[in-house]
Amino acid sequence: MNFGIILDNLNLYWQGLLLTVQLTVLSLGLGLGLAIPLSIVANSGNGLARGLVFGYSYFFRGTPLLVQIYLIYFGTGQFEGIRDSILWPALSQAYWCALIAFALNTGAYTTEILRGAIKSTPRGEIEAARAVGMSTAMMYRRIILPSAFRRALPAYGNEMIFMLQGTSLASVITLVDLTGAARIVNSRYYSPYEAFITAGLLYMALTFTIVMLVKWLERHWFAYLRPREG
Amino acid sequence: MFDLYGYGFSILEGAWLTLQVGLLSLALSVALGMLGALAKLSRSRMARLAASFYTTLIRGIPDLVLMLLLFYGGQVLVNAMAQAVGYEGYIDVDPFVAGVLTIGFIFGAYMTETFRGAILAVPSGQLEAGYAYGMSRGLAFRRILLPQMIRHALPGFGNNWLVLLKATALVSIIGLDDMVRKAYLAAGATHQPFTFYLAVALVFLAFTTLSVILLRWAERRYSLGFEQEIKP
Repeated sequence: MNFGIILDNLNLYWQGLLLTVQLTVLSLGLGLGLAIPLSIVANSGNGLARGLVFGYSYFFRGTPLLVQIYLIYFGTGQFEGIRDSILWPALSQAYWCALIAFALNTGAYTTEILRGAIKSTPRGEIEAARAVGMSTAMMYRRIILPSAFRRALPAYGNEMIFMLQGTSLASVITLVDLTGAARIVNSRYYSPYEAFITAGLLYMALTFTIVMLVKWLERHWFAYLRPREG
Repeated sequence: MFDLYGYGFSILEGAWLTLQVGLLSLALSVALGMLGALAKLSRSRMARLAASFYTTLIRGIPDLVLMLLLFYGGQVLVNAMAQAVGYEGYIDVDPFVAGVLTIGFIFGAYMTETFRGAILAVPSGQLEAGYAYGMSRGLAFRRILLPQMIRHALPGFGNNWLVLLKATALVSIIGLDDMVRKAYLAAGATHQPFTFYLAVALVFLAFTTLSVILLRWAERRYSLGFEQEIKP
């Protein structure tokens, strides 16, 4: 094995790493932004709205991310209405299609995680919030959501890792992320081991960064909500 | 409508291949997972270390990267070995084999964690009672541990299967004619990509839904005789 070719292509890997991190952070941010209101709706009394949220989440959790990317990247071009709309400049670019697909995908999983966490809020917390006269909005902001986030954090940490690894599919629609960089190096030098092992190690480093981040979050942000020991 | 511009049958063929890849890699992952779980709980330090290395490695690297590594890397390895024994021609690695091996290998790591938890959930007194009756380790495993751990393993196993099934879509990238690639080809010929990818998505949804129903049934079946959750 000759890892010299990796050193020659260090810049390619660096650019790929940056794109992977960028895609992960943006899609997680957008997905969480989508999931918070949707998970509240999913716990609301409105049956129709609940059904719609469930349908969205069921579709994106039940189909492969790759198919979702293809649907958005290749599929949207089928309709003249979309091609003439103001969305087309975004939907004709691989970057935006990947980002939209990732955000909708992680949004669906996060909705489900948060829905469960909100649902399992202890009754007493809600009753206490009501007793001191909080409005529903304030109760969600101050009581339910912080406590739900704490319970959701372990599952959400896993979702962050899945999303990081899911961004590797961006390479399938021509984007040069970490996997894309490895595929270029592999096809240029015909050296699969060097190319993909390097990418794999960098992904591992990113994965462990997320694991550490989640552990740190658990310890610092939510220390006061930590389950009592003993 | 179901004809799909004449490509409906081709998509169904692809769906059958997807199912084959899924079930074969599931079998491989269950075997590897059982092996991994026993290694993680074994008294041998080496076995524990090897199993931990396996699960950490797999969970840290994306499926696609592992698949490309195994597919292209396997190609190089197989040909290098063939040359070493004096074979002159060029061997192509079959994408079906590469796909099943990779997916089975990846999900073996997830199954390892599921099975490890399930084995630990069976009270140790059960096994001790078995040994006290003079059962060998193998017999106690088969008659006592296995039937009882299935109940604890089923929820995790079900999740892994659902993720595995969706991961089979990746084999289309290494050129296997599964449902996703059939849709890709049909979309190219008819310029109706949305229609075909939506059809594929719906077949996946049907597979998922069916799996969930079967898994629920199995979970109920293996929880017979245990306290059921009481609805308040």
